[in-house]
Amino acid sequence: MVSRISPAQMRSRRIRERMIETLLFLCAASSVLVTIGIVAVLLVESWGFFTHVPVATFLTDTMWTPLFDNPRYGILPLLSGTFLSTMVALCVAGPLGLTAAIYLSEFASPRIRETVKPVLELLSGVPTVVFGFFALLFVTPLLQATILPNLPGFNILSAGIVMGVMIIPYIASLSEDALRAVPQALRDGSLAMGATKFETAIKVVLPAAISGVAAAFVLGISRAVGETMVVAIAAGQQPNLTLDPTQPAATITAYIVQVALGDLPHGSIAYQTIFAAGLTLLLITLVFNIFGFWLRVRFREEY
Amino acid sequence: MTAMSSVSIKTTIAAKPEFKFGKNKVSANNVNVFYGDKHALKDVTVNIPEKAVMAFIGPSGCGKSTFLRCLNRMNDTIPIAKVTGKVEIDNQDIYDKALDVVQLRARVGMVFQKPNPFPKSIYENIAYGPKIHGLAASKSDLNEIVEASLKKAGLWDEVKDRLSDSGTGLSGGQQQRLCIARAIAVSPEIILMDEPCSALDPIATARIEELIDELRENFTIVIVTHSMQQAARVSQRTAFFHLGVLVEEGTTDTIFTNPNDSRTQDYITGRFG
Ligand SMILES: Nc1ncnc2c1ncn2[C@@H]1O[C@H](COP(=O)(O)OP(=O)(O)OP(=O)(O)O)[C@@H](O)[C@H]1O
Ligand SMILES: [Mg+2]
Repeated sequence: MVSRISPAQMRSRRIRERMIETLLFLCAASSVLVTIGIVAVLLVESWGFFTHVPVATFLTDTMWTPLFDNPRYGILPLLSGTFLSTMVALCVAGPLGLTAAIYLSEFASPRIRETVKPVLELLSGVPTVVFGFFALLFVTPLLQATILPNLPGFNILSAGIVMGVMIIPYIASLSEDALRAVPQALRDGSLAMGATKFETAIKVVLPAAISGVAAAFVLGISRAVGETMVVAIAAGQQPNLTLDPTQPAATITAYIVQVALGDLPHGSIAYQTIFAAGLTLLLITLVFNIFGFWLRVRFREEY
Repeated sequence: MTAMSSVSIKTTIAAKPEFKFGKNKVSANNVNVFYGDKHALKDVTVNIPEKAVMAFIGPSGCGKSTFLRCLNRMNDTIPIAKVTGKVEIDNQDIYDKALDVVQLRARVGMVFQKPNPFPKSIYENIAYGPKIHGLAASKSDLNEIVEASLKKAGLWDEVKDRLSDSGTGLSGGQQQRLCIARAIAVSPEIILMDEPCSALDPIATARIEELIDELRENFTIVIVTHSMQQAARVSQRTAFFHLGVLVEEGTTDTIFTNPNDSRTQDYITGRFG
């Protein structure tokens, strides 16, 4: 005999359901609110900064020396440092990550894939400070001893290379997902035409997965742009407008840690530079994400 | 299938002109295929005549696709598949160690059940094969190959003004003809078709069947189909598979009007399958 659900029981269930729903909503909303809060603080403090320093000066001055007696507020040296270290990282992580992805997706046996992928992902679990010291104490001396005897102790190159190694797993893993999402039917079509596995991978699978691969690269770039410890430790923390990766230089992030660790008077312009730099970083990352989104729409997979 | 349609199959057969078979293009001897422990194809021995259409029929899972994939060694791409026995094309053993599987597949084209154009332009879809095999010496050679292949596949008039559009934007029937054109572009000797019409509507199907009939002049065609009507209409020889065994093989005429084996009889009259 099945008893019917009593109205009281139904009501209590409904109330509990409503409470849970509200709780879940608050949890979700809190992360959005925190983000909005961060952006608001950035904007307000940057506003303070930009009332003292014109945006044009900020964007065009070639010196960044906010802590000097004769301060200059040109973000370009920090941008060049960020750009250079990111480019070096991408030059390392792009080819290696993509090659690893193609190997794992198209050539490796399932057993190898199941072993290698977690190991790759382990790499991203290594604390970035370890990578930083690795760059400073191993890669730089190695480069000095081999191909670049005149390399300064602090330089963008080693930092970039190690940062590249750090983001290989990201690019490899995300690209591999994109490649594997390409339907087997396309591979079969190509193989049945007499294409080799390699031709199939390069000429059919990769183009079909291009948007996912591009998204992986953009994510890798975003991460390199935001990466802090490696550059702060190994690249020298001297703002330096240069396109030569063998020079020491500071990135936006390296500057922020460096200054945030000092004891600057709250409200001073020097203090506000942190927020202006932070805002710039946020905008760059935003541009990359929008770019990634655009790529995704533009080269939408059609299989 | 109803008695009606088996009558109409007989009409179809009766309406077909007499066909004179040439020499054998493919001969398979005691071919067995195992997927792991599963014995999917058992001692298949059959000859496939050149410049004719041979149909493979049989209930689902009987091994038609498996056998088809033995003929261009696509089973090589399935790690657990193991093939034994002998398959010869023009008296050359295609499982010979010295044989280059890439060349084999250029000689033996394949069209799949679901149209699978590459996500590239119509032009690039056709140019793909000739490019990887280095068949075109110049851009104008390549243009010629593309045009000729699309014409042979009866698609030229529909796409000649939009060769740079994506191949995946075509209708299902057009996509399948594109895939046929793509296969033709490398001038294969044999074209394998695995249920090429099963994803198409009747009009697109009729179009492909016509095309197959035209292609027979120049190519050896092997087609897997679930449609008895289609087998009767397009093929000159038919082989009936059942549970991994080749039960019976003969002229399409004989298989559909006067089969030897009772299982064949049951299948073509729709008593099982
Ligand atoms: N890749 C594979 N791995 C394991 N078993 C397979 C594989 N492909 C086919 N088989 C098995 O081999 C047998 C024959 O399959 P096959 O695809 O050749 O049948 P078919 O006659 O083409 O059927 P259908 O008409 O449904 O396409 C089936 O039992 C199937 O389950
Ligand atoms: Mg099949």
